Amino acid sequence: MIRVENLVKKFGDLTAVNDVSFEVRQGEIFAFLGPNGAGKTTTIKMLTTLLKPTNGTVMLDGLDPQRHQHEARRRFGIVFQDPSLEWELTAAENMEIHGVLYHVPRKLRHERTEQLLKLFELWERRNDPVKRFSGGMKRRLEIARGFLHTPKILFLDEPTLGLDPQSRNQLWNHVKHVNATEQTTVFLTTHYMDEADRVAHRIAIIDHGKIVAQGTSAELKKQTGTDSLEGAFLALTGSSIRDEAAGSADQMRQFVKMWRK
Amino acid sequence: MGAVYILWLREVKRYLRSHAQIVASLGQPLLYLLALGFGLGPVFQRSGNGSYLQFIAPGVIGMMVLFTSIFSGIGLLWDRQFGFLKETLVAPVPRLTVVLGKTLGGVTVALIQGTLVVILTLIAGFRPGSIAAIPVAFAFMALIALVFAGLGTAIGSRLQDMQGFQLIMNFLVLPIFFLSGALFPLDHLPKVLGAITTGDPLSYGIDGLRGALIGRSHFGMATDLAVLALVAVAMLSIGSYLFSKIEV
Repeated sequence: MIRVENLVKKFGDLTAVNDVSFEVRQGEIFAFLGPNGAGKTTTIKMLTTLLKPTNGTVMLDGLDPQRHQHEARRRFGIVFQDPSLEWELTAAENMEIHGVLYHVPRKLRHERTEQLLKLFELWERRNDPVKRFSGGMKRRLEIARGFLHTPKILFLDEPTLGLDPQSRNQLWNHVKHVNATEQTTVFLTTHYMDEADRVAHRIAIIDHGKIVAQGTSAELKKQTGTDSLEGAFLALTGSSIRDEAAGSADQMRQFVKMWRK
Repeated sequence: MGAVYILWLREVKRYLRSHAQIVASLGQPLLYLLALGFGLGPVFQRSGNGSYLQFIAPGVIGMMVLFTSIFSGIGLLWDRQFGFLKETLVAPVPRLTVVLGKTLGGVTVALIQGTLVVILTLIAGFRPGSIAAIPVAFAFMALIALVFAGLGTAIGSRLQDMQGFQLIMNFLVLPIFFLSGALFPLDHLPKVLGAITTGDPLSYGIDGLRGALIGRSHFGMATDLAVLALVAVAMLSIGSYLFSKIEV
């Protein structure tokens, strides 16, 4: 479903992604782990038509996302790290806009909206404006929305960042349900090792733009002789802290944190 | 096109549901209208220019349209990092469709805001020349909105952080307003000031509005129309182009 071969991305002198190759099968839940600055977000952007690779090939469901942008976009959904809901609109209205933008016919839009909002336990609140939703509910709505157009692949960039354990657990149950019933491939990045361990079928660990290990959780633990995914991760990427300069996005995120409850 | 409509609808709904902001935004035009309109009234009258309230009302209406439309564009910065805009940038929809829906929405909101100010001016005592003036006035309001929605989109597409926002506000938007003849007549100005006001697109918008509403025009309404139309096309083209280049 996703095939990446020798993917390279350079920004001037900086090589953010350095000869990355991996494959994700249909219906798999695939986790992409790595320290800050490893190249996760850059890779996801190249997979989702947002960035042009310097070199290498990306195939999504047999399509090159750069050459067939609109067609590729119809086939996948993406939930970003930062929220992308319209706060003044209701949950139902947010779903509706997504449906129109993704060319879902009206009847199907309404059916899928009802089905997904019920699954993600948001149906009761469908006519409430999103600004009145808790963080967990907003996340659930974004993920429900990502599934609306029945994508072949759903990309989740740090989906549970900042959520409490109950919300996280609940969210993954719903995602796994859709993955099981609709065979949607799920590609996620996360820092929460325990989640990747519980939820992902296979995992790739990226560091300094290169994939340092790939496989199931069991394989990675065996490979590094550790008994937890976190242990394996630290063994493979080292324990030193990765300092990064705060970009303008980080500054704005801090600003948002100041103004949220 | 369904996508343009739904994006337009989103802008309008977003505006209509932020009640506190609507009320707050009316504060400034009201202040200018009442404080300056009545405060500078006697001086203006004595200089043989008639009622200052009548003179300033089109300026204040234009002010509202300017601010609303340019901020709808500049709001892009926030919208594209934390807001709904990101969703539209990864959807299988051409960028041109997105910017069209957004711009039409922004213009609609600016017109609604302008209308609210018109009502305020009427309450304050402003009397337009004739009822027939109203549609023409709206046409000029729409043109002003198009020009500055385009400019706002261009700026918002390029802005990288919030600091730039302050700079734009103080060194671009406020000068555009103050140097447009919204608050003072453009006749017999000192040379440099005269040159600057002639170069300000808003001057033509305010002049057209004033011409329509109280029959007093400095450049001539045909000139106003032509200049605004040309600048609108230029701004919208630049804005759309820069919008299409946004990287998520």
